[in-house]
Amino acid sequence: MPGHDHDLDHSHGSELSPIEARVRALESLLIEKGYVDPAALDALIERYEHQVGPHNGARVVARAWVDPAFRERLLADGTPAITELGIGGRGGEHMVVVENTPETHNLVVCTLCSCYPWPVLGLPPVWYKAPPYRARAVIDPRGVLADFGVTLPEGTRITIWDSTAETRFMVLPMRPEGTETLDEATLATLVTRDSMIGTGLPQAPR
Amino acid sequence: MSGLEAPRPFAEPWEAQIFALVVALQDAGLFSPGEWADALGAAIRPADAPERPADYAQWLAALETILGTRRIADGALIDGRRDAFLRAAHATPHGQPILLENDPGSGGER
Repeated sequence: MPGHDHDLDHSHGSELSPIEARVRALESLLIEKGYVDPAALDALIERYEHQVGPHNGARVVARAWVDPAFRERLLADGTPAITELGIGGRGGEHMVVVENTPETHNLVVCTLCSCYPWPVLGLPPVWYKAPPYRARAVIDPRGVLADFGVTLPEGTRITIWDSTAETRFMVLPMRPEGTETLDEATLATLVTRDSMIGTGLPQAPR
Repeated sequence: MSGLEAPRPFAEPWEAQIFALVVALQDAGLFSPGEWADALGAAIRPADAPERPADYAQWLAALETILGTRRIADGALIDGRRDAFLRAAHATPHGQPILLENDPGSGGER
């Protein structure tokens, strides 16, 4: 470059990391070739940054806790029941909801990559996508739960559900004791993201 | 405090960008969720290295593989455009948007 002015080059120019530049390159090429629309990209980012998240799943769980008929529909066929609450979309086309009971605790993993029920839980946390969780959830679920601070009664069986691109699982946790008088909206605030993956339990009422 | 306060879904803007590209291309029918999971699953299991996290860097790698296989964009084309963005960034005052049209061109390099 003519006139190698280091001060100008480095203090006043902008920086893109190699990966930032590569993603921008892909984006601009795909827009140029007409495969994607910039407005659609912005809308997707807005949706997943601000609208989709575990608050959706919490509404599903709270409804199932207060409405036995809904719970039955949810466990029989997850997707249409979840759609009743206006929740759906990519990553939730075939939802299977598995219920925790005193006998059985359910734990969800994706051993292939990071399949996750986006419409109800948002995008997966970093640990869900990491090799240790993918591997250990299957071979040592009790150890994984201990890492998350969850200890189950000895007699409780743990069932592992391996999410795929086609089928995404969500856990219906047990309703905490002492919540008989709480309304649906308050119950939803007790539901944690991890309790719907199976690595946590709902919060106790205050 | 609610247990629903998940961390922000994207640590950096480029993660959101690659995520949106992949979902938009699936929405457009370019590849199916199953094809995507297979591509991502392959990207995180390199033959010569331990299994990797299925993070957004691997999303980028998996998408590049699919685009190459489909002959939509090969590595050389992407490299060329990446270099153009790096030059454009270099020529853009700090704080200004980095636009491809600000690329002074590879001819400007010596």
